[in-house]
Amino acid sequence: MTEFWNRFSCNRQAVLGLIILGCVIFLASIANLIYPNDPFLYSRFPLSGPGENGFLLGSDSIGRDVAAGIAHGAKTSLLIGLIATIAAVFIGVIFGALAGYYGGLVDDILMRVTEVFQTIPSFIFAILLVAIMKPSIESVVIAITVVSWPAVARLVRGEFLALKNREFVQACHTLGMGDLRIMLAEILPNCLSPIIVIGSLMVATAILVESGLAFLGLGDPNVMSWGFIISDGRSMLRVAWWICTFPGIAILITVLAINLVGEGLNDALNPRLRERN
Amino acid sequence: MNRSSKILRYVSRRLLQGIPIILAIVVMNFFLLNLAEGDAVDVLAGEAGSATPEYMEEMRKKFGLDKPLTVQLAHYLKNVVQLDLGYSFRHDMQVTELIVDRFWPTLLLMVSTILLAVGFGVLLGLFAAVNLNTWKDAVVSVFALITYATPLFWVGLMMIILFSIKNDWFPTSGMENSAAFYEGFDRLKDIAHHLVLPTITLSLFYLALYTRMMRASMLEQYGQDYVITARAKGVSERRITFIHVLRNALLPVVTMAGVQVGALIGGSVIVESVFAWPGLGMLAFESLFARDLNLLLGIFLLSSGLVVAVNLVVDVIYCFLDPRIEVN
Repeated sequence: MTEFWNRFSCNRQAVLGLIILGCVIFLASIANLIYPNDPFLYSRFPLSGPGENGFLLGSDSIGRDVAAGIAHGAKTSLLIGLIATIAAVFIGVIFGALAGYYGGLVDDILMRVTEVFQTIPSFIFAILLVAIMKPSIESVVIAITVVSWPAVARLVRGEFLALKNREFVQACHTLGMGDLRIMLAEILPNCLSPIIVIGSLMVATAILVESGLAFLGLGDPNVMSWGFIISDGRSMLRVAWWICTFPGIAILITVLAINLVGEGLNDALNPRLRERN
Repeated sequence: MNRSSKILRYVSRRLLQGIPIILAIVVMNFFLLNLAEGDAVDVLAGEAGSATPEYMEEMRKKFGLDKPLTVQLAHYLKNVVQLDLGYSFRHDMQVTELIVDRFWPTLLLMVSTILLAVGFGVLLGLFAAVNLNTWKDAVVSVFALITYATPLFWVGLMMIILFSIKNDWFPTSGMENSAAFYEGFDRLKDIAHHLVLPTITLSLFYLALYTRMMRASMLEQYGQDYVITARAKGVSERRITFIHVLRNALLPVVTMAGVQVGALIGGSVIVESVFAWPGLGMLAFESLFARDLNLLLGIFLLSSGLVVAVNLVVDVIYCFLDPRIEVN
């Protein structure tokens, strides 16, 4: 663990990413303390510029505080990104592990299914899923999960294919271990690092997809999110540039930080794969 | 067997492989449509304002909606094969007709985006690789990192604020100024003028992708044995970079351009709805608001088909570009 941390902290960009991400998480966790009111609460001061009328980052067309929206939206974005990624990794690991371990017909069938999901243009598919299920936090999470698991499945399948004929796995067979135990307790721990890396990068993508969906009006109408503020402020672009600008910067910074951390993890966990960048 | 007939066989085999994928997508489409609340009759009744339950029953019978699901699926498959994707009640048009109408603006946007993104991406990646580990390389890498993390719709809105509202250089929306009745060359110029901001916005994300890929690909090629041979022969570094390495490094970038087409279609939904570009993406955005699922499913089906087709074309181009690749 200390060795891992040493390698990770050598990468200045990754450490910077981690610090920024820490700030965003901190902001999300204290959102209820610094802005105890409902972020949907409107006020008597619509379209105040940044710094006017006590609004740090201005207010929108019906006087909602943009800064409060960003603080509360941070929770939404991070949670959706995290939950969707965990679900996608879960499904992807099951598909990939079964396909890679058993090979043959199982592999053929599972990989065909994966291929279909990879061919489909993912963002349009996500739009379609949310539109059919009606916009809500759950449907957004499901849609992002459905479009992002195939990448994990392919990765895990490759790892399982490479590991299943190694000597330690053969030794397990000789000891009479069951397939399930070999897969979960022996092979899976050996391919955790690429899974962690792809997972961390997927959180970033999930946040981008979520904001894109919210921008198209497919976010949960009862939950404040960054994409919602931007989509709502779009019609006020001419008179109030700040409504769209600041939430966008929040998305940019968060996604950038997660990407930096993900790449740092990649360098620290797989020193041999460094040629990737 | 000679090479050209080998390639022909390869193409037909790939075509056959594409069919089950398309079929699976069509079947999934059908079930998604069934999953949605309400059917076509509900939509029709909603449009009409009111309808008696008896009338709705009769309509369901007429559309075959009272039949078992498998029969309906067979019916749907038959319709899709005949390119009949149903009817859009909002637009009062056949979905197929509507989609074909709106396909050309999207194609225009996508082609110009790919040209811009691949062109500049290759240049920037080359520039970064040649100046490896200098501040120039760092600037390109930081630029790529930032654009890679920026939401497309936000870039679009910022472009509008900067170049349309603060400075009146480019139009905010639409594909042409239809009130001006331009003809011939003037019309082309007008469309090109409208095309600038959407193209730059949509290409930024892919620009970052291609820049990083081109840089990595160049570095990989620099490590190959043939570069050492060329150096030993006394070939100049300049010649090594531009004649030997560049050509080999381009190959994976070209393939990626094809693989990314699915993501590009997704991006065009966002960009088209930001700039009101009258293409498929904008149509998808409108159908969301109108709750016109038939239309949305049609767009989804077409874009999936497009991805399959483009992947096939890219594979074939790849065979021609790189004779080392065995087609069987």
